[in-house]
Amino acid sequence: MSKDIIIKHHDPDVMLSLWHVTKRFGGLTAVGDVSFRIKKGEIYALIGPNGAGKTTIFNLITGVYALSEGRIIFNDGVVLGQGEHIIKDDVRETEVRPEHKKPYDIMSRGIARTFQNIRLFKSETVFNNVLTACHSGADYNIFQTLWRFKAGPKWLSKYAHQEEALRQKTEELLKIMGIWEYRDMIAVNLPYGQQRKLEIARALATDPKLLLLDEPAAGMNPEETMALMSLIREIRDRFDLTVLIIEHHMDLVMNVSDRIFVLNFGKPLAEGTPEEIQKNPEVIEAYLGKEEDADGHA
Amino acid sequence: MSWYYIEGILIQSCYTLLIVLGLSILTGYTGMFSFGHAGFVCIGAYVSVICTMALGLPFWLALLIAGLTSMALGTALGKITLGLKGDYFCIATLGVGEAIRLIFNNLNISINVGGTPFVLDGAKGIASIPLKTTFPVALVIVVVFLTATALLMNSKHGRNMLAVREDELAAQMSGINTFRSKMLAMSMSCLFAGIAGGMMAHYFGYLQPKMFLMTKSTEYTIMVIFGGMGSITGSVLGTVLLCALPELLRAVGDWRLVFYGLAVIIIMIVRPKGLMGGKELRLGVLFRKIAGLFSGKNNPPPDQKPPAPEEVSA
Repeated sequence: MSKDIIIKHHDPDVMLSLWHVTKRFGGLTAVGDVSFRIKKGEIYALIGPNGAGKTTIFNLITGVYALSEGRIIFNDGVVLGQGEHIIKDDVRETEVRPEHKKPYDIMSRGIARTFQNIRLFKSETVFNNVLTACHSGADYNIFQTLWRFKAGPKWLSKYAHQEEALRQKTEELLKIMGIWEYRDMIAVNLPYGQQRKLEIARALATDPKLLLLDEPAAGMNPEETMALMSLIREIRDRFDLTVLIIEHHMDLVMNVSDRIFVLNFGKPLAEGTPEEIQKNPEVIEAYLGKEEDADGHA
Repeated sequence: MSWYYIEGILIQSCYTLLIVLGLSILTGYTGMFSFGHAGFVCIGAYVSVICTMALGLPFWLALLIAGLTSMALGTALGKITLGLKGDYFCIATLGVGEAIRLIFNNLNISINVGGTPFVLDGAKGIASIPLKTTFPVALVIVVVFLTATALLMNSKHGRNMLAVREDELAAQMSGINTFRSKMLAMSMSCLFAGIAGGMMAHYFGYLQPKMFLMTKSTEYTIMVIFGGMGSITGSVLGTVLLCALPELLRAVGDWRLVFYGLAVIIIMIVRPKGLMGGKELRLGVLFRKIAGLFSGKNNPPPDQKPPAPEEVSA
């Protein structure tokens, strides 16, 4: 594994920072020159019309795609990825060695995500879905799985001790998310809203510092959306998380987020608090079209 | 039927089970289809025979070396091919399996250690291999590996493999090193195949590359699917049934392969997910069910009770 690139003068209050990030697919620029910084403990929302490049940004952060240009820096200044060019000091364009970390490497540094179209381990039980994601809490090797008893020296009884801790953690997470009574059900048979909750529980199982939620309220009715809203706040406080959220439900976004970033056709449009965004004429235009007067002039 | 005949079927079942167990880790748990497993069995068989006949090593050491050689080859192949997606991996294993067989078909070597010449003459094969695989030996080996596999699969490593099968992207996004999980599955699978190859060679007493045709690989895969993907008890059941079936069907003579095929088709129609359908046969659950039947109450055991479905509209 290549050595980490560490940015020394990284602001310790910033959890994640995107620096002039661009992603091109052939001739199409899916994300163009996007920069933002998410502070620790913040709930940061990413909004924009369909096809604006929101999920692409998630995929860039999580290492599914490699960056074309720019740089993504995580907590403590670790560079998660960088393209062939980065812009330094806002003017000079410098050529750098591209960095593309593997997704599991990025995710095991304290990032977790959920998906727009739910991706559970479908034919496994609810309990096992979360238990699988808890794997980072266990470091026993394949030979240590052969001894199942707590008795014995520490190196021998690793499995029993660690596995017990994982199961406790899983139980706790399922109870917090309110899906403990479904634990023996096969994941795919769960009602839709519970599948969303299970996906969040699975994400939390990896002990993240930063949680990426991709349209968590998609397909939920208004009551469920309200419940989800308080749940997001609750888990943020309880697990001391920073949350980056993509969402189309405006009432959820405006209520839950501290700051909002608006994307339109891959380009940054605005950034600010919910109040500022709601008043921003450009944002209103992007969402609703230009306001016209009675004569039909713009 | 004489005991000698039954013992033969049992020994065959034992080493086939070892192969199927390995393949179950790769296919049933990790979701990667291999159609070249006979190639790895072939490697194991030849290496073990060279060890015992040419180098005069003890049987257990020969098995170990056979297993490790096969594992090394499988690991190397995995390093190259595991980046490949689904079907491509399948084709690659198919090619390697056939290549291994053809190499042994054309290989001519003669080794002379300690005065006894050992000649390996391609397609002519090797005869008069010492018959070391007795039923107790085969049974002990297979039970040891069965237990080890069951324990491993019920751990973090097994769960990671299952996660790869279920959804590789989601697994990666949960921080699972999917490449490492696939490598582990591949090496274990090849280790098992190598050891089983050694047992096979020392059971038959002769060895020919023709014994490792692609149809053999397909047969192993059928056994895994027949028993149910991701189920160890399913693999055991599938293997024992499908090993015994051709022997039971000897009565119908030439029609036996037709009946064999028919049996497989019927099972796949009646139980499309295999005999065990991904579930394990657990003695505890079985006992509770039987106890429930006898006590007259037909309650499912408490931890199996389905939760009351709360009305949640999507």
